[in-house]
Amino acid sequence: MLKPEEVRKVASLARLELTPDEEGQFATQLSDILTYIEQLNQLDTTDVLPTTRAIDGSNITREDHLTPYANPRLILQGAPEPEGEFFRVPKIGGE
Amino acid sequence: MSVIRTLHQQLINKERSALEIVQSSLERIQVLEPVLRSFLRVTSDHAIDHAKKVDDKIQNGESIGLLAGIPVAVKDNLCTVGIPTTCGSRILADFIPPYESTVTQKLANTGAVLVGKTNMDEFAMGSSTESSAFQVTANPWDITRIPGGSSGGSAAAVAANECVVSLGSDTGGSIRQPAAFCGVVGLKPTYGLVSRFGLVAYASSLDQIGPFGRTVEDAAIMLGAIAGHDPKDSTSLNVPIPDYTNYLIPNLKGIKVGVITETLGEGLDPQVGIAIQNALKQLEILGAQIYDISCPRFRYGVPTYYIIAPSEASANLARYDGVKYGYRNPDAEHLLSMYTQTRATGFGSEVKRRIMLGTYALSAGYYDAYYRKAQQVRTLIKQDFHQSFTQVDVLVCPTTPTTAFRPGEKTDNPLNMYLSDLMTIPVNLAGLPGLSLPCGFDDHGLPIGLQVIANVLREDLIFQVGYAYEQSTQWHGCTPEFT
Repeated sequence: MLKPEEVRKVASLARLELTPDEEGQFATQLSDILTYIEQLNQLDTTDVLPTTRAIDGSNITREDHLTPYANPRLILQGAPEPEGEFFRVPKIGGE
Repeated sequence: MSVIRTLHQQLINKERSALEIVQSSLERIQVLEPVLRSFLRVTSDHAIDHAKKVDDKIQNGESIGLLAGIPVAVKDNLCTVGIPTTCGSRILADFIPPYESTVTQKLANTGAVLVGKTNMDEFAMGSSTESSAFQVTANPWDITRIPGGSSGGSAAAVAANECVVSLGSDTGGSIRQPAAFCGVVGLKPTYGLVSRFGLVAYASSLDQIGPFGRTVEDAAIMLGAIAGHDPKDSTSLNVPIPDYTNYLIPNLKGIKVGVITETLGEGLDPQVGIAIQNALKQLEILGAQIYDISCPRFRYGVPTYYIIAPSEASANLARYDGVKYGYRNPDAEHLLSMYTQTRATGFGSEVKRRIMLGTYALSAGYYDAYYRKAQQVRTLIKQDFHQSFTQVDVLVCPTTPTTAFRPGEKTDNPLNMYLSDLMTIPVNLAGLPGLSLPCGFDDHGLPIGLQVIANVLREDLIFQVGYAYEQSTQWHGCTPEFT
C-alpha cells in the first residue's frame, strides 16, 4: 500500500495539487493497480531486449529547412495571458 | 455497396446534391443529440459551405472523389484550425488550434465535409466516454448504456447515422472497443501507417488514428484517404499506399485463420463466445482454414499497457502548464502553484490517476522494476504474434469480453474498467493492424464485435477477411431502432 507521503511525493513530481480526499483515493487505487501489475514478475525476462517502439525505425531525419509560422499572433491569442510577444506568468520564487 | 459509394453514385447521377446530403446529416444530429450526445461541437456553417463547393464542382462538370460531399465527424483530439479542439478536457476547453492535423487536412482535400467534433474520454483515457469533462454519450442500441471509448462519440455518431464515417484514435482499443459496442466497423491501422501530426498525444508509441464506418468498404476507402508518409511525424512509415478496395474479395480460399485460444476462456461472456464460434464456422464456409493458436503472453497485455501508456502520458501531458495555451487557474500567485493548481482543476480524475501512475513508474528506484520490465514483456507479446504469423495469415478473437455496460458500472473500480480492453491492448503493444466488425447480438440486442488482426502492414488481409465475412452475413445491415 502506498503511503500518504509517497502519494504526495509523486503528486509533487507530476506538478499536481491533490485534495486530501484525492490523496486517499489514489493511495488505494494506485496500490491496487500496482499489485495487479506485479503479475509481470511471473515472466522471466532475463536477456529480453526492451521494446521501445512498436515498429522499429531509428535516425529518421529530414532536411532542416526553416519554415517560419505565418501567423504568430494566432499562437499568442491562444495563451491564457499574452503580453506583446510574450507569455506572461506569475512571479517565480518566493514560495 | 458501401454507404460512401451509394451516396457518391447519387451525387454524380445528380439524384441528390451534396448540400442535401449534408443537411440531412445535420438535421439528424439536431434531432438525436439531446439524447445521444455524440458531438462536442457541430460545425454546421462550415459543413454547408463545403457542401456547396462540392456541388459547384459537380455543376461545373468537374470530377469528384469518392469522399467528396460525404459527411464525416472526427474525434475531438484531432486539431482543426479555427475549430475548438478540447480533447474532452477542461484544460483545453477553449483551445482553438493554430494548425491542422494531417488527417483532417487530407480529408478536407478529398472534399469530405466535416459536420462536427465528437465526444471522447478525456485525453483518450477511458473505455466508456464517462471520463469526458463535458458529457457522456449514449449507446444508440440502448441509450441506458455507454458506447465504449475512448472514441465513443465517433462510434455512436456512425451507428446512429448522424454522419457516414468518422475518425477516432486507438491507443489500447479506443477505436475497436466502441466499434464493437456500437455495432459498426472500426479499424486501428498498423502503427505509423497514418500520420499522428495534430493528434493530441496520449501514449506516443501506441497511438494510431483510424476510421469508423458502417461497412468494411467504407473503412477501406477512409484508410486510403488518410494513410501515407508525413515528414511531420517521425514515426510515419514511408511505404506505398495501395487501393485498399482492391482487397475486398468475397471468398477466403487458401486463407489461414488462427483463433487466439487464450481469449475464449474464463471471463468471456458466453453469448459473445457463441457469436465468435458462429463467426468461425462462417469463415470456414467461405473457404478459410481455421487453426487454434496460442499466444501465452496475451494476457499480460493489460498490466504491460498500464505501465507503458501512463508513463508516456505523464511525459506528454507535462506540456499542460497554463503558460502557452489552454486553461490557467487564475488564482495562483506564484509560478509553481500556478502549475499545480492549473493541473489540479484542469484535469479530471482518470487523467490524474494515469499521470500519477506513470510518474511513479518512471521515478527514481522504480524504473527498472516497472517501466523496463513492461518494455521487456512488450517484446514477449510481440514475439507471440510474430510466431503466430509464421503459421496463419490472420488472427481472430472477440473484440471485447462483454457487450456494452452501463454508466457507473465500472467507474468506482478503475482496474475493472481497464479489463474491458483486455483483447485489444496487445495489438497496440505489437503495432499491428486490427479491425472490429459486427458479428451478432446478445439477448439484450447489444452488438458483438469480431476482431481480425494481421501482421504489420497486412491491412489487405484484414479487409479481405472482414469483407468476405460481412458480405456473407446480415449484421452490417442492422441498424438501431433508436430514432
